[in-house]
Amino acid sequence: MERMQYIYLKKMGKKLSVSNLLGIKYISENDINLIFETSDNFKEVINRKIKKVPSLRDITIANLFFENSTRTKISFELAQKRLSADIVNFSSSGSSIKKGETLADTVNNILSMKVDMVVMRHPSPGASVFLSNNVDSCIINAGDGCHEHPTQALLDAFTLRERFGSLSNKKILITGDIMHSRVALSNIFIYKKLGAEVKVCGPKSLIPKYINDLDVAYESNFDVGLKWCDVASMLRIQNERMRDSFFPTTREYSTQFGLDLQRLKSIDKEIVITHPGPINRGVELNSDVIDSGKTVILDQVENGVAVRMAVMYLLAAKL
Amino acid sequence: MSVLNNKKILNASKLSLILNRLASQLFEKHDDFSDVVLIGLQPRGTILSKKLKKLIQKNYSINNVDIGFLDVTFFRDDFGRGDKILHANKTAIDFIVEDKTVILIDDVLYTGRSIRAALSAIQSFGRPRKVELLTLIDRRFSRHLPIQPDYCGIQVDSINNQRLTVKWSEFDGEDAVYIFKKDGKKT
Repeated sequence: MERMQYIYLKKMGKKLSVSNLLGIKYISENDINLIFETSDNFKEVINRKIKKVPSLRDITIANLFFENSTRTKISFELAQKRLSADIVNFSSSGSSIKKGETLADTVNNILSMKVDMVVMRHPSPGASVFLSNNVDSCIINAGDGCHEHPTQALLDAFTLRERFGSLSNKKILITGDIMHSRVALSNIFIYKKLGAEVKVCGPKSLIPKYINDLDVAYESNFDVGLKWCDVASMLRIQNERMRDSFFPTTREYSTQFGLDLQRLKSIDKEIVITHPGPINRGVELNSDVIDSGKTVILDQVENGVAVRMAVMYLLAAKL
Repeated sequence: MSVLNNKKILNASKLSLILNRLASQLFEKHDDFSDVVLIGLQPRGTILSKKLKKLIQKNYSINNVDIGFLDVTFFRDDFGRGDKILHANKTAIDFIVEDKTVILIDDVLYTGRSIRAALSAIQSFGRPRKVELLTLIDRRFSRHLPIQPDYCGIQVDSINNQRLTVKWSEFDGEDAVYIFKKDGKKT
């Protein structure tokens, strides 16, 4: 068989090693690269005049959002519509959850209406893993408490891959509320799997104790960290998950760990700035940086749709 | 399925004759190629489409033929059914096909399902005035759908456990078309 056709056939056989997307922890580097290659194709699709493909026309997807979301929910919904899937949306407010129904019961009831795939956001860490053990369906984790947010990590890494070609040996500084952020954990997993060097930065009180187990170094001085890094990944303070006071004042936090244009100019090198949103302007990122065009935040949002299309397309092929 | 076990049905000189004939048929029908675009289907139709563009340029001095490459993976009707084609190739069409004559180009026409998918996929780039189909090889008794080529290099009467492969010197070391049995036996 000749070379080109052979390569093509080899590609044809490529599949994800998993049947659910519960977290970056559970997928391999090959899975990540397959998702990226497929995302490249879908990015081309969503930039066409007619952005829809019929691939998932006989697939029904339920979006279960037990926690607030703007970007992720819209992004998933758009991705599903671009793939021609049928969708049902559910939010916990106004549902039978209020009457005392359990998570597994709620989902099993929805699945008995012949739903093929479930996208779930939940405030409890591990909710999607629990669900995958208890219901017979394809589960995509759209954020579970302070555990993981795999599609966000995939789109962050995809955006950086577009910038750099490869993340191998790139230096990435993740700054902010590492302890309560699911994005931080998923990002650490994906960046490490793709060969990048990761440091975390922020108030010591917001750095989890297990951070050394992840082979990630802690940098207490934000300015030193900025000089070291190629990418500054800025995170929001997750006030909704905090039960204690972790730093004296927002103003003090912003002075020490907030990124403004003056600070950016002082490091005297070009770095890429990412933020998963929503941004608290003037806290972790100053408006002058956001509006300067030096961030890739909107690229991340655009790539989110393509990456989520790729994830659902590849998982639907395994149904 | 080594090359030695294959039966060569077209050699380089015959292939060259056929390509020149196809180019002249396109020229005969479309004259100056205004409002005509060539769309090569990924993966193998793209090579053929580039060769035809070159020949049209060389033989008839027409330099402005638009060419694009279309991948139909996401438009296939066999997604999730058995042996799936999952991995897409690059689609590169940097013009709209609205009101143009589109010539879909592929190397082998077999069941017709790829062409059906291409007919859907091309609509994402506008509404063509007309769509024509050019294939190098037409396996005429293997069709699943009522699709026939407008321009055809050679018709091959093959049975379902046979495969055809088109080789190009730039990629495979020679210009040739082989036929072989799926289990590798010579036909």
